[in-house]
Amino acid sequence: QLSLFRLTVKRPFSTSHSSVDAKEIKKFQLLAHKWWDEEGEYSALHSMNDIRVPFIRDTLLSMSSNYLRGNPLSGVKILDVGCGGGLLSEPLGRLGASVTGIDPLEDNIRTADQHKSFDPVLAKRIRYKSSSLEEIVEESMETFDVIVASEVVEHVADLETFIKCCSQVLKPEGSLFITTINKTQLSYVLGIVVAEKIMGIVPEGTHEWEKFVPPEELEHILESNGFSVKTVKGMLYNPLSGSWSWTESTSLNYAVHAVKSGAQGQSGPTGTPSETDIQQCSATAATAG
Amino acid sequence: GRALLAPVGPRVRAGPRAPLRSTASAAPLYDVVVSGGGMVGSAMAAALGHDIHFHDKKIALLEAGPRKEYDHMPDGYSNRVSSISPGSATLLSSFGAWDHVCSLRLKPFRRMQVWDACSEAMIIFEKDDLDDMGYIVENDVIMSALTKQLDAVADRVEVFYRSRAVGYTWPLPSHSCDTSPWVQIELADGRRLQTKLLIGADGHNSVVRKEAEIKNIEHQYDQSAVVATLHLSEATDNNVAWQRFLPTGPIALLPLSDTASSLVWSTSHEHASELLAMDEESFVDSINSAFWSNINHSDFIDTAGAMFRSAISLLKPSGTAVRQLPPSVAEVDPESRAMFPLGMGHATEYVQHRVALIGDAAHRVHPLAGQGVNLGFGDIACLAHHLSAAAFNGSDLGKDPRQWSGERQRHNVSLIAATDVLKRLYSTRLAPLVLLRTWGLQATNALPPVKVRISLEWGL
Repeated sequence: QLSLFRLTVKRPFSTSHSSVDAKEIKKFQLLAHKWWDEEGEYSALHSMNDIRVPFIRDTLLSMSSNYLRGNPLSGVKILDVGCGGGLLSEPLGRLGASVTGIDPLEDNIRTADQHKSFDPVLAKRIRYKSSSLEEIVEESMETFDVIVASEVVEHVADLETFIKCCSQVLKPEGSLFITTINKTQLSYVLGIVVAEKIMGIVPEGTHEWEKFVPPEELEHILESNGFSVKTVKGMLYNPLSGSWSWTESTSLNYAVHAVKSGAQGQSGPTGTPSETDIQQCSATAATAG
Repeated sequence: GRALLAPVGPRVRAGPRAPLRSTASAAPLYDVVVSGGGMVGSAMAAALGHDIHFHDKKIALLEAGPRKEYDHMPDGYSNRVSSISPGSATLLSSFGAWDHVCSLRLKPFRRMQVWDACSEAMIIFEKDDLDDMGYIVENDVIMSALTKQLDAVADRVEVFYRSRAVGYTWPLPSHSCDTSPWVQIELADGRRLQTKLLIGADGHNSVVRKEAEIKNIEHQYDQSAVVATLHLSEATDNNVAWQRFLPTGPIALLPLSDTASSLVWSTSHEHASELLAMDEESFVDSINSAFWSNINHSDFIDTAGAMFRSAISLLKPSGTAVRQLPPSVAEVDPESRAMFPLGMGHATEYVQHRVALIGDAAHRVHPLAGQGVNLGFGDIACLAHHLSAAAFNGSDLGKDPRQWSGERQRHNVSLIAATDVLKRLYSTRLAPLVLLRTWGLQATNALPPVKVRISLEWGL
């Protein structure tokens, strides 16, 4: 079992308090045009759609009361952070959502724009922007119903800042979906040694084990920043079949669904944001929805 | 242009490459285009059009012929009928077409009697409960029902009548930035369409299959099928389908009503022409003789067969069934006689990048098993299910649906091969083979588990 999908997120080129890691960006520059080769370097990410899209779709459907025939995510505004070539943005767009995909690497955005342009429905529903998460916070306060950060947080320079910014741009009671890799001995052996150095399933140097995030740590950061963690599920990649499945164990890959507490700081166990949180994010600490 | 043709192995097709984005953008883009508006193509388009997850998708159906109005069914029966299995009936009712069929006309049958001309061997298929085994339905009735259901989803399914595709342009399997990823279709009148998935339902001489350069294993039988509408000597509870294997080929009588049946007689080309040419009385005599005559029996076979039957009745007292007598024919509908050549075919692949084949385009069988259109409906049930799930996942619909094709090929190949073997086995008078099939048939008839399995395989 190998954890092979990582190649999605670029960190934004930003100034201070940046969650972007310039080194990380360089790694993905070379592969910017390879996103849509389904048998290529990103094949594991393509097949990950088979479980992450239904996960997002079904979670959102179960939380909403109305369902528009044939358009399960109609009217939902989604932010895809670290969208890469748009591998996850496109299926979400096809399901009816209005998707904003951001990625710090311009080449990725170029590839994504190019790919969606052939489909008039997607071209309308998705917009891509070369940007960091921080850069859009000011103009996007509490704008999105959903944020997806898939295969992102393990590349982030400062996870706390990243989560705070997510909270800023998310509407109250909005959903945050994260998929990432655990920091365990197993993930070192399989995710780095085997996947990168031995089997070459992931380009060497893509991952840094130090930056892997254990689910306990992620949950803690989420809960202390106004989120309520609803689901944590393990994911497993089968390199022989090239397919993903859900699993009990979170020792390799896992997915998280968290909900931002409602207006006036209700419904989350941690309640109101702290003083330092408010100072860190540059936008006004508005509480109105 | 050509420079983009990187060597990607044997799957690269010759022919025009996908056009640059600027020229392609004008052509309307569909999610699915079905090429061929026969029973299978129309049912495919209707099934997708009624699928909840295709609510906002665009589907097109291309049919070379004109739109036929089926509002008024003629009193006389059409000579082209199909044996519809319960599985196919389920598919048709999943999008509301079966109700229309029932309100027009159809004939359920409860029993199938199949026997050999060269011996007494016989096998009877029937269900223990009072369910129908299948239904004999005129093809026009099915088309009428399908057309109605297509009209009902006209906002999603656009039907292009009198439209023949004259050219297909295939995209490269791996996406290259400048060229369109979709299949380009050019119609005879110059109009162009683009689609994410092209479904070829254009019959055993499929143009889609040829243009996609999918190899087809095919074989022309030395046989033609003669069809006609017959009137019985006397009204009867006409709920049995009869088939007798003559050395020249099987003759089948399929019930249409208590007084009428449809004939499907597979025989040599010469004999078929003779049957069409002879006067109506002689034609009727030939049919009755084919069903009733024992001229092909030999004493040897009869004795051997009788011995085997006694043996079975010792071991399994209920193992021999009572033979019912087929009805005798009095008249043939004038103008209802027709013939068409028979063959078998099987495409080596059912799918390619953004292309799927269904129905006779993928597989062609001998009518002896009455399975032709049921195989096609089976393809639809499977493919529609796959595409529905893909749409609900937000997937690109044209992604190689290999899972679907693997399933269908496994199912179809064994049935097609078995049909072919049966056809060859029964095309002989040679004693050893007759004995083999006699005993085989008798044994099969005596063994309920085998019989049930055959029924299930054939969707009965």
